[in-house]
Amino acid sequence: MSIPEIAFDAVIIGGGGAGLRASLQLAGAGRKVAVLSKVFPTRSHTVAAQGGINAALGNMEDDDWRWHMYDTFMGSDSMADQDAIEYMCKNAPQTVYELEHMGLPFSRLENGRIYQRAFGGQTRDFGKGGIAHRTCAAADRTGHAMLHTLYQQNIKAKANIFSEWYAVDLVKSRNGGIAGVIAINMETGETVYLNAKATILATGGAGRIYESTTNAFTNTGDGPGMAMRAGLPLQDMEMWQFHPTGIAGVGVLITEGVRGEGGYLLNKDGERYMERYSPQLKDLDCRDFVSRSSMMEMREGRGLGPKSDHVLLKLDHLGEEIINTRLPGIRELAKTFAGVDPLRDPIPVVPTCHYMMGGIPTNYHGQAITVDNDGKDKIVDGLYAIGECACVSVHGANRLGANSLLDIVVFGRASGIHVGERLVEGLDMPVASRDDIDAAQVRLNRWNTTTDGESVEVIRAEMRKVMQEDFGVFRDGESMAPGLKKLEALQERLQHAALKDKSEVFNFARFEALELDNLMEIALSTARQANHRTESRGAHSRFDCPDRDDSKWLKHIAIFADGRMADRAVNMKPNEVEPLQVKEREH
Amino acid sequence: MTEAQARKLKVSVYRYNPDKDNKPYMQSYDVDTQLVNGQMLLDVLHVIRVDDPTLGFRQSCREGVCGSDGMNINGKNGLACVTKIVDLPNKITIRPLPGLPVVRDLIVDMSQFYRQYEKAEPYLQNDQPAPAKERLQSPEERAKLDGLYECILCACCSTSCPSFWWNPDKFLGPAALLQAERFLIDSRDNATEERLTALDDAYKVFRCRSIMNCVDVCPKGLNPTKAIAAIREKLIQEGT
Ligand SMILES: Cc1cc2nc3c(=O)[nH]c(=O)nc-3n(C[C@H](O)[C@H](O)[C@H](O)COP(=O)(O)OP(=O)(O)OC[C@H]3O[C@@H](n4cnc5c(N)ncnc54)[C@H](O)[C@@H]3O)c2cc1C
Ligand code: SF4
Ligand code: SF4
Ligand code: FES
Repeated sequence: MSIPEIAFDAVIIGGGGAGLRASLQLAGAGRKVAVLSKVFPTRSHTVAAQGGINAALGNMEDDDWRWHMYDTFMGSDSMADQDAIEYMCKNAPQTVYELEHMGLPFSRLENGRIYQRAFGGQTRDFGKGGIAHRTCAAADRTGHAMLHTLYQQNIKAKANIFSEWYAVDLVKSRNGGIAGVIAINMETGETVYLNAKATILATGGAGRIYESTTNAFTNTGDGPGMAMRAGLPLQDMEMWQFHPTGIAGVGVLITEGVRGEGGYLLNKDGERYMERYSPQLKDLDCRDFVSRSSMMEMREGRGLGPKSDHVLLKLDHLGEEIINTRLPGIRELAKTFAGVDPLRDPIPVVPTCHYMMGGIPTNYHGQAITVDNDGKDKIVDGLYAIGECACVSVHGANRLGANSLLDIVVFGRASGIHVGERLVEGLDMPVASRDDIDAAQVRLNRWNTTTDGESVEVIRAEMRKVMQEDFGVFRDGESMAPGLKKLEALQERLQHAALKDKSEVFNFARFEALELDNLMEIALSTARQANHRTESRGAHSRFDCPDRDDSKWLKHIAIFADGRMADRAVNMKPNEVEPLQVKEREH
Repeated sequence: MTEAQARKLKVSVYRYNPDKDNKPYMQSYDVDTQLVNGQMLLDVLHVIRVDDPTLGFRQSCREGVCGSDGMNINGKNGLACVTKIVDLPNKITIRPLPGLPVVRDLIVDMSQFYRQYEKAEPYLQNDQPAPAKERLQSPEERAKLDGLYECILCACCSTSCPSFWWNPDKFLGPAALLQAERFLIDSRDNATEERLTALDDAYKVFRCRSIMNCVDVCPKGLNPTKAIAAIREKLIQEGT
């Protein structure tokens, strides 16, 4: 069946911080761009980011982007690509100033400059100069301020926004690259083929593979799922960040900025246990380390509650003034979801799934990369990936707090610049055959035609349970192997699941079915790679292989939909500074 | 939810699916709170959806920050994700936000609301060349944006405003006017005069009758009426 086609210079799938920054770069230059988003752009999950965005502006004390680069590499447990972190940290100040010029309402210092707070893992002078204040903040609503500012600038630039359009699958081009995407207008149910010289995936995270997460309902890994089905790999999917302070039993995030402002964690004895685990950085050590410390406290019975299943975050000592001006959103969330007013009482918290370090492998222009049969990197024609769905990789095995808002704008911008330059050079419109266009609709048609089968809800709940139990903060070969088997069985069942409601107008049941296909690809890749990596590094921590093993595992690993894996070297060649030495982290 | 608090809810929901319904109707669901995984009305809707996946409503962040799930709950606009079940009676009636066309069930067509927002030119305007670093702004100047920039565009306010119901195309409505004020008052914006001129007609601002419904429903505790009064003040001063 033939469907309508529309052609663009660039199609950006995602209207979060990454997608809107890319679009601004291109729409501003007069390019014909379409931004697709399955929610109205300001409802993307960037809006929920709280703490801030890192840039070595030096507003609080001397700072240097090279120190930021060093911290990012150390935080990544040596697994971030040095050319990419160099690019990100060096461009950070400029990118933040641009956001300020666009109107982002940053909090201010007495001298009128942008306020910067302390955040985990941020140091001065290559780890030797103590804690750095590098995180630019708009109170504790930095993501909201950023996303609305970017959207407002897109209105000004008259960008072409396809709000509430759902991207289903990528369309391959005749030359083996990507020619565009099949998308559904959610309001009418109409299916359209968007043909583009560049297709940019900016679909955000996938935290919904876990039962408990700080992520929105919409964080379902659609971009990575689409890439896998198009025969492209993902990378480092075992690396999931668990944030130390999700509200216990709810999952809603309490920013690291609370600890940056001077808050700290307590066990049931009222002990500030991070002083014991990390005498230097204490509560501001890297997230993977703090989360493991909290888990140890709870496992050893020093957590709170009859099941020792949470710890406490104390901040009342910061005083009313600081809490109301710097952390007003946190106070509101704690009151609403935990029933406590942090002016007086500590907040019950627990490590909670938060961020996907892995994703679609790219270079620092955002161009998607695959691995050919000889094991060599190959750029995928016509496809880019930016933001949380991509793996550049600037986070390696563990992301530093406030480096993701930076990642999304730096690489959103970089991809826009790169596509813009290529368009000037003269890019041809990729051509897809009828068969290619049909192939990208097979999955959609399957859901539309199957009438009898299990419900999406049941399979999704089981998947999330397996991920929560077997692939959490601590992992073990003995439970991960059966965990993977369970997921494979669920994947098989999903092929026969059915959609009862086949209506056209805003049929969310259909979108949730399509999303579950993506979640399942992500969960399976995570499970396969977690089983495969028999060491502990960054966020991937195994009881049965507790040590980091650089001789065998200092590498990225790409994975294809059929489970095939390919090693990729970590880039150790920054362009202008001396390479950073690989070493063990200190606490 | 513990058993001591277990309640039997009767939830009546506005239903309309243009694919099959000639006209809207109310459908009633019984929900046992013991089956609800969470403390909010949104969690109740999830229980309903397990049995009836055809029920349509928008949602995303589930923490009151994305503005997706504005709806009319027992006669008052609010976000389902931050409306606590304990604060509701056993009989709950849920309708779409009033005054906007219903597309399906609890999903309304927000285009008119967004159009008014765009008319407020909600972006910083400054024709001076940008400095190499940030534009300076004192903490006091920055503090003036508090209570304005936090808006999540949920439309709870504008869709509870009688003036917006009657003139949705001419009166900008509380949400858009809040943003108009956010840029009028930003020390970094220097298009104040042009902005005021654009706002100065009988409808855009002046249709506000200070009924305060908007303030009453805003889930972020913002005060559009105050912002509108401030704009009026400026317009009147300009006129003299
Ligand atoms: C609660 C919370 C707090 C955080 N705080 C911080 C912080 O303080 N500092 C920091 O650096 N990082 C923070 N992070 C991380 C950071 O916010 C995210 O990693 C980042 O915002 C992701 O941006 P994005 O643009 O990649 O994706 P998103 O903002 O999630 O946007 C994804 C976009 O893709 C669209 N989309 C997805 N699938 C489809 C599809 N199939 N079809 C069409 N459109 C689609 C969505 O509609 C959306 O527009 C936080 C994360 C969370 C969850
Ligand atoms: S105060 Fe004005 S804007 Fe607010 S509801 Fe009343 S008429 Fe509408
Ligand atoms: S002012 Fe309040 S009620 Fe109105 S759109 Fe903004 S957040 Fe919603
Ligand atoms: S789901 Fe985001 S505001 Fe309710």
